[in-house]
Amino acid sequence: MSVQKFPGTKLSAKEMYSLPGLVESSPQAKYEFSAGPTISRFLKGLKEGKILGRRCPRCGRIYVPPRDYCEFCHVPLADWVEVPDTGRVETAVVSYISVKRERLEKPEVVGVIRLDVPGYPEDGYEFAGLFHRICMDPEEAKKDKTIGMKVKARWRPPEQRTGSILDIECFEPVG
Amino acid sequence: MSRVAIIGVGWYGFKPSTPEVHFQGMMFESSSRAYADANVDPRKDVDVFVDCQEDMWEGIAIADEFAPEPIGGALRPTFTVAGDGLLGVAHAYMLINSGLANVVAVEAHGKPSEIKTLNDIYYFAFDPLHLRPLPTGNPFFLAGLDAQAYMARTGTPRESLALVASKNRSQGLLNERAPYAARITLDDVLRAPYAIYPMSEYEISRFSDASVTVVLASEEVARKFTDRIVWLDGIGFNTEVGTGAVELHQWGRMPSMRQAALMAYKMARIEGSPSRYFSLAEVEDRFSFMELLALEETMIAPEGQAHVSLEAGDYDFNGPLPVNPSGGSLAMGIQLEATGLGRLVEAVLQLRGEAGQHQVKGARRALVASWRGVPSYTSAVAVLSSEVNS
Repeated sequence: MSVQKFPGTKLSAKEMYSLPGLVESSPQAKYEFSAGPTISRFLKGLKEGKILGRRCPRCGRIYVPPRDYCEFCHVPLADWVEVPDTGRVETAVVSYISVKRERLEKPEVVGVIRLDVPGYPEDGYEFAGLFHRICMDPEEAKKDKTIGMKVKARWRPPEQRTGSILDIECFEPVG
Repeated sequence: MSRVAIIGVGWYGFKPSTPEVHFQGMMFESSSRAYADANVDPRKDVDVFVDCQEDMWEGIAIADEFAPEPIGGALRPTFTVAGDGLLGVAHAYMLINSGLANVVAVEAHGKPSEIKTLNDIYYFAFDPLHLRPLPTGNPFFLAGLDAQAYMARTGTPRESLALVASKNRSQGLLNERAPYAARITLDDVLRAPYAIYPMSEYEISRFSDASVTVVLASEEVARKFTDRIVWLDGIGFNTEVGTGAVELHQWGRMPSMRQAALMAYKMARIEGSPSRYFSLAEVEDRFSFMELLALEETMIAPEGQAHVSLEAGDYDFNGPLPVNPSGGSLAMGIQLEATGLGRLVEAVLQLRGEAGQHQVKGARRALVASWRGVPSYTSAVAVLSSEVNS
C-alpha cells in the first residue's frame, strides 16, 4: 500500500513547539531502589550461578524470586533453599513489536518458567519461578508444545556476571 | 453508628536513609508490629486494607499493585489513597462507621532517601503551563510566600518562628523517632543564614524514611482484641483551591485545615474553645511558621495570637498545652505520605501512656493536624481520646 499524500501544512518539531498552546516541560525522575536483604542475597546467588529461594516456615511455600515475608501467612521468612535451574515453560509469548509498536528486527521470546520445585499446593497454581527470555526459534515457540517444554538456565560465564537477573542469559530447551 | 477505635500501631524507620530494607520490607515490618500490637491476625481479622502512597514518590507507576502483599492484603479487599496517611484514616473511619468493615488497617510510607531528583519530583506537581517555566528556585519557595503573608497579617515576629524550631528540635531529643533532634538555641536559629526567607535551614524540616501502620476497629470488635483503646472521635479533611494556580490560594492562611478542624470538632462534639479541650497537640510544622498557623487554623489559638502563647511557654512540654511533644516534623523529618500517620502514632502512644521519655502526664485528649506539604493545599485533622491514662 502506498502512502497517501494528505492536504495541509507540514510542521517541523521546532515549528510546532514555537506555537503558543504547547508547553514543553521535562523534570527528571530518578531513583535508587534498595533491594533489601532478600533480593540482595538472591542477586549474589545469581552471580555464583545459583537460584536461591526462601521457604515459609508456616505454609511451606517456596518463593522464587524470594520475598522478605510470606504474603499469605504474613510472617518473616527464615529458610533459604537453592532451587534447580531447570523447569518447564508455564506460558510464553513472542513479541514482534516494540513499546512504540515499531516492528522489531528480531522477535523476542519471553516466558514464565515454573522451576523444578514442588508447587503449592502440590501442582497448584503458586510456584517458584522466573520470568525470563527463552532462547528458541520464535516460529517454534508459537507451537503448542512450547507450554510445558523442559528448559534450563543458560548462564553467562562467571567472569561476566554482575549480580543481576541478566546473569542468566536466558532459559533454553533441553532434551 | 459505632464508635471507631484505634487498637494498634506499628512503625519502621524514621531514619534519614534506610538502605538496609526494600520499601515493601519496610511496609511488612511496620504492619506486622501494628498487628502484634493490636493482637489481630491480618489474614483473618482485618476486613479492609488501606494504603497511602503516591506514584511519583514511589518511582513506580500504578504503585497500588505493590501495596497489598506486604501488609497482609493479598487477595483481600485493599485500595490505595494517593494522599497523606490521615486521609487513609478517614477512609477507615467511614468503612467502620458505615458497617462495611469491623477492622481496617491503614499503612502509609515514604522513602525519600531513594529519590535522587526530589526537587524535580516537586516540580512535577507544579502547573506545567505557567508555573514550571518561572525561575522559582527551590520548590519550598511556596512556604516562604505563606510565611511572609502570615507574618505580615498577624504581626508575628521572626523570633517566634525561630523559637518553634528551637523548641521542636530540642524536644525531639527525647523521642527515638526523631533523627533531626538537636539542642539548638533561639540564637543558633537566628544567626543561621536564610534558606528561604524568612526561614533558615533549622526551620525547614528535612526528610526521613518510614512506614507506619495503624489498625482501627468498631467499638464492639475492638474490645475483643485489646483494652488499650484510643478513640477516634472525629476526623476531617479538606482541599482548598489554588494548587494549579497559586494565585488563588489564600496566602498566609490554610483554609483547608480550618475546614478539616471544623469537620472533626463537629464529629467529636467539641463545644466551646478547643484550646482547653486537648491535653496535647501534634500539628503540622514542616516549616516553622506552619506550627503557629496550624494552631490558629485549628482554633487552638485566636487569630494572630499563637506567637504570644508560644512566647509565654504555653506550648512547651511542661506548659498547659504541649504542642509537638514528639519534636514534630522539624525533629522527626517528613516521611512524605506517612507524615500525618506518624504524628497520629505519637498521639496514640501519648494517650496510652506509652510515649516513654516524652510522655505527657495524664494525656487524655489529643489533636492531630496534618498538611500534605507544598505544593498542596490539603489538610486532615483528627481528634483522639482515651481513658487508659485516667
